[in-house]
Amino acid sequence: MAHPPPLEIHDLTVSYDRKPVLYGVDVVVETGSLVGVVGPNGAGKSTLIKTIMGIVQPNGGWVKIFGQPYRKAVTRVGYVPQRESVDWDFPVSVMDVVLMGRYGHAGFMRRVSKRDRRIASECLEKVNMQPFSDRQIGNLSGGQQQRVFLARALAQESDLYLMDEPFAGVDAATETAIVELLRDLKERGKTLIVVHHDLSSAREYFDKLMLLNMRLVAYGEMEETFTPDLLQKTYGGRLTILSDVAGQAAGRSEFEQEGTPKL
Amino acid sequence: MREEFFPTFDSGSVFVDPWLSGFESTFQVVLMGFFVCLACGVIGNFVVARRLALVGDAISHSLLPGIAIAFVFTSSHSLPAMLIGAAVAGVLTTVLIELIHRKSRVKPDAAIGIVFTTLFAVGVVVISIWLDNVHLDADCVLYGEIGLVPLRESFILSGANLGPLPIAIMGAVALLDILLVIVFYRVLLVTSFDAGLARSLGMPVNTTHYGLMIALALTIVAAFEAVGVVLVVAMLIFPAVTVGFFFERLPALLFGVAPLSLAYSLGGFHLARWLDCSIAGAMVVTAGALFVVAWFFGPKGGLIYRSRALGFLFATSKQKISPQIVG
Repeated sequence: MAHPPPLEIHDLTVSYDRKPVLYGVDVVVETGSLVGVVGPNGAGKSTLIKTIMGIVQPNGGWVKIFGQPYRKAVTRVGYVPQRESVDWDFPVSVMDVVLMGRYGHAGFMRRVSKRDRRIASECLEKVNMQPFSDRQIGNLSGGQQQRVFLARALAQESDLYLMDEPFAGVDAATETAIVELLRDLKERGKTLIVVHHDLSSAREYFDKLMLLNMRLVAYGEMEETFTPDLLQKTYGGRLTILSDVAGQAAGRSEFEQEGTPKL
Repeated sequence: MREEFFPTFDSGSVFVDPWLSGFESTFQVVLMGFFVCLACGVIGNFVVARRLALVGDAISHSLLPGIAIAFVFTSSHSLPAMLIGAAVAGVLTTVLIELIHRKSRVKPDAAIGIVFTTLFAVGVVVISIWLDNVHLDADCVLYGEIGLVPLRESFILSGANLGPLPIAIMGAVALLDILLVIVFYRVLLVTSFDAGLARSLGMPVNTTHYGLMIALALTIVAAFEAVGVVLVVAMLIFPAVTVGFFFERLPALLFGVAPLSLAYSLGGFHLARWLDCSIAGAMVVTAGALFVVAWFFGPKGGLIYRSRALGFLFATSKQKISPQIVG
């Protein structure tokens, strides 16, 4: 194949302490896709991201990034971990964190070059965090912290981006900013795989959906996957709390508005 | 009455005499103290940043069986054997803590408590069975005796006398720690801050962790003769947290270790001279006092700064969080 796909997963099975978390996942993501990964809590969304990057070892199956094992494609993958996964009191500045995104390119021993600094600075500019570059990261709001993580992923100058709940706990302005950033990256031919917890906004944010609940329920264009039938399959008996979302999916409005659609 | 508790303070006899009458031993004790604080402070910064302060405590205690067993095998005070025994004990401690934490429902803090008390007890048992009549003074292991360092055998390198062996070893360990931090700075930084990113960049996260633990164990064993396994924990933690009230970036915290080490060492020596007490104890008291000063007056989160600036700060930071859209 001339252009191997950004992400190819074959028969992937992952388990923690013998409890399966992901089972027989098969998927090929095409270049330039903006994919939302949705599913109930414990569906294995974060595990999928971590397995793709080799943080978690699978029990079976394989993952290929641009036709290569992850180890050989490290510099082509950008990563945005969950915001709570790090200690925000850690003694580093905003700039330090963004520069970490350059380490994959610069090598672990070489000094940070002027070019690395310039790129990091530009990436901070893109998320409107340039004025904060010398701040200690603990002094930032949740939304600002998320922007720093996004700037770091941008600084990785990758072709495939894996993001774990970038919208979790951010203010409305940051949410808008992230959506625009995702669109912009997609326009530039990047591939984005974004774990998302809020089904109601998933439809407008992404072009494709990956419905996950231990198994891959469905993957495809939004109109093919955002259907009551497939959502029911993904979220199972909990569709009552999803009634308004399901209504939205079916294009009807007579569904009762019960609870929030957040999962 | 008061004089009985606090000897009268005579600046001449406290600050001047030790440097005039016994310069060499004074210098050696202060230098040893400086090296101990320097080595511990550099490694300690990463230990604190990784929230492993209690693991440092655990390692320092479980060095006892490592040292004791090395002593039984070699039946000598051989330092290389002790260093190896201590390194093995240090790594064993971290491996056991992780193993218990991961393969059972025992929480990490409880796992630390289980491992280090057990290993420490093994050390006590080993000493009481085989080493009862040998000179491995438990008091010395616990509290150290930095004042005796100038009396130890000299380190002779191709004819040149480089001073007492413990100082030479401690200096070498401090240098090694500093070199390791310089060479592996990025890997240490990223694995400490964000292990997920480190793994995704292909960094050896587990190897780095155990490497750091080995360096920690070696540092502690080189230092224990001077300050003992209990007080060494203070030297690991105090520099990082004290400088943290003044600077908020890791390089600044690391550079801050050197002046603080000098302050601890000199302050402790002269305090001990005045009160005629344990030098190692006085060093930790000095470190504690400096911590309190930093806690009160430090510009980054110090008490005074907080109470006065709190309202004002909130107002400005709220303003800066105002919505900004990506351009």
